[in-house]
Amino acid sequence: MKLLNAKVGWTLLLVLAAAFPFLADNDYHLTVMSTAFIYAIATIGLNLITGYTGQYNLAHSGFMAVGAYTVGILTVDYGMSFWLSFALSGFVAAFLGFFVGIVSLRLKTHFFSIFTLCVGYIMFLVIEKWESLTHGTVGIMGIPAPENIGPLDFSEPRTQYYMVLFFLAASVWIMHRIVHSLLGRTFMAIRNGDDLAQALGINLMRNKLLAFMLSVFFSGLAGGLYAGYVRFLGPAVASVEHTFDMTMYMLIGGIGTLLGPLLGAIAMPWLTQYLQVLQEFRFVVFGPLLVLLVIFLPYGIVGTYLNRQRRKAAMRAPAAPAQSASSSTAAPKQGATHA
Amino acid sequence: MELFLQQVLNGLTLGGVYSLVALGLTLVYGILHVPNFAHGAFYMAGAYAAFFIIDKLGLNYWWGMLGAAATVALISVVSERLVFHPLRNAPYLHHMIASIGILLFLEAGAQAIWGADFHRMTTPYNQILTFGGLTMPAQRLLIIAAAFLLVVLLQLFLKKTVTGATIVAMAQNREGAALVGIDATRVAMLTFAIAGALAGMAAVLYAPINLVYTSMGHLVITKAFVIIVLGGMGSVPGAIVGGLIIGFAEAFGAFYISTDYKDIIAFALLVLILSVRPQGLFAKGAH
Repeated sequence: MKLLNAKVGWTLLLVLAAAFPFLADNDYHLTVMSTAFIYAIATIGLNLITGYTGQYNLAHSGFMAVGAYTVGILTVDYGMSFWLSFALSGFVAAFLGFFVGIVSLRLKTHFFSIFTLCVGYIMFLVIEKWESLTHGTVGIMGIPAPENIGPLDFSEPRTQYYMVLFFLAASVWIMHRIVHSLLGRTFMAIRNGDDLAQALGINLMRNKLLAFMLSVFFSGLAGGLYAGYVRFLGPAVASVEHTFDMTMYMLIGGIGTLLGPLLGAIAMPWLTQYLQVLQEFRFVVFGPLLVLLVIFLPYGIVGTYLNRQRRKAAMRAPAAPAQSASSSTAAPKQGATHA
Repeated sequence: MELFLQQVLNGLTLGGVYSLVALGLTLVYGILHVPNFAHGAFYMAGAYAAFFIIDKLGLNYWWGMLGAAATVALISVVSERLVFHPLRNAPYLHHMIASIGILLFLEAGAQAIWGADFHRMTTPYNQILTFGGLTMPAQRLLIIAAAFLLVVLLQLFLKKTVTGATIVAMAQNREGAALVGIDATRVAMLTFAIAGALAGMAAVLYAPINLVYTSMGHLVITKAFVIIVLGGMGSVPGAIVGGLIIGFAEAFGAFYISTDYKDIIAFALLVLILSVRPQGLFAKGAH
């Protein structure tokens, strides 16, 4: 526990991330890192609904596309400023999430997943076919770079990198506040058992809906950033494969932990970068990897580490009631002092 | 009237293919109690296996179908042994993620071997048949006939044979089936093999009028999900009826509403029905 003293660890990570542009030798590395950060924000959002609340939402990349297209359409077709449309992107996704959630969250377990899978397909197909709004398969081109703020020029790769890093850090901080609050514990109670949570007086629908809306808010925001960063959008943004990618990030790092999905989302794109041969066929390796992880390491790297720490702590203090290291739920229970 | 009948035939064609895929999915659901996302990749693997046998080895169409059924049945059984069996006591989320892993692996594998191009599968049934104003490609008639035959054979197998009855028993009650001496492992493998073979054959039937490509399973499997949700998960008659409903809805929707949005119809139907009846159309109570 002392080893991963939360505050020191997070500060160290932030310092590393802030120093990265000075360590990277070219702009390409900055691009890889920035894109990874953007997907990390979306993955953190997915982790809230799936890892903490136990509902596997397969429309997550659809909501990311909603955020991205909000920025794309408002800036290109309506001449709105990037920052204003970016501010809207998360809210548009959450607004849509309210209606999707109110219907879909009445369903449990895989019924919810199948329902959201279909919702994701509808989003994808609507984006592809509704040409007058979304430019169809051609996509939205020429999205303007974020406007300068004072001396900050956002057409510079380095400034863009810091912009993305800023929003990632803010997202992680907000998520930290959420999961360590009573609200976060409510979500985890729902994950660990619907019926028990309800017996404790938790309003299931309201809390699930809140988790869902918060989750897609992050996704929409990540989409907005994506639009401003990549500056080109096609229907493929909404494709369910991106949700699968995020699932992999989440699972490798550790589902239901704060640090895990973040590390997974940052490490995996680099791994693919370095295994250049894999680029196109990365799932020949990552598909079986996903299976092996689920079978042998279902809590991911961070989750397994935390569980071991907790077990050691429990052994050192046998008097204290063991905080159940043998949890049978989808993700480890979270200690308040941890990452 | 002729146009209407034409749509009926189209609906039967689509419905037949969907029913076959949904039947496999619903049978496996009876064993896993979790939908198998990899089923669409099994379908795709069947099309590629047949494409390889017919267009590369030069064997005839029926060998292609046989080879596809055998290959996919094998893939399906292997994935049951290696992936789903070890996970049988894990929470549903793990099952789903593992099946997504298989799906991604098979699709990337097909792309690594055959590339991302679209392929055309040759069929000996290129003739266009005409009966009093109705035109019908022979391949479509073949789909309807074969799907009908397979559904009847499957029904006979499940109802009339002891082996078939063990599958039904497992789907109804796992512990009960084990208590009366049914070997769960054997039944699970058999069910996966049948489901895989059905998906493979459905793909070989449908591929000549569609195309062969790596993501060909996506829409089909998603629609099969819609079908088994509508028909009640694990229900065999539900899968057949649901398949026909979606097939007809698409054929008529494409004709009377819009071809652009025909793929949305099935999903919109699901959203609509689940909004009103969260337990599905024909399901008796929530699972």
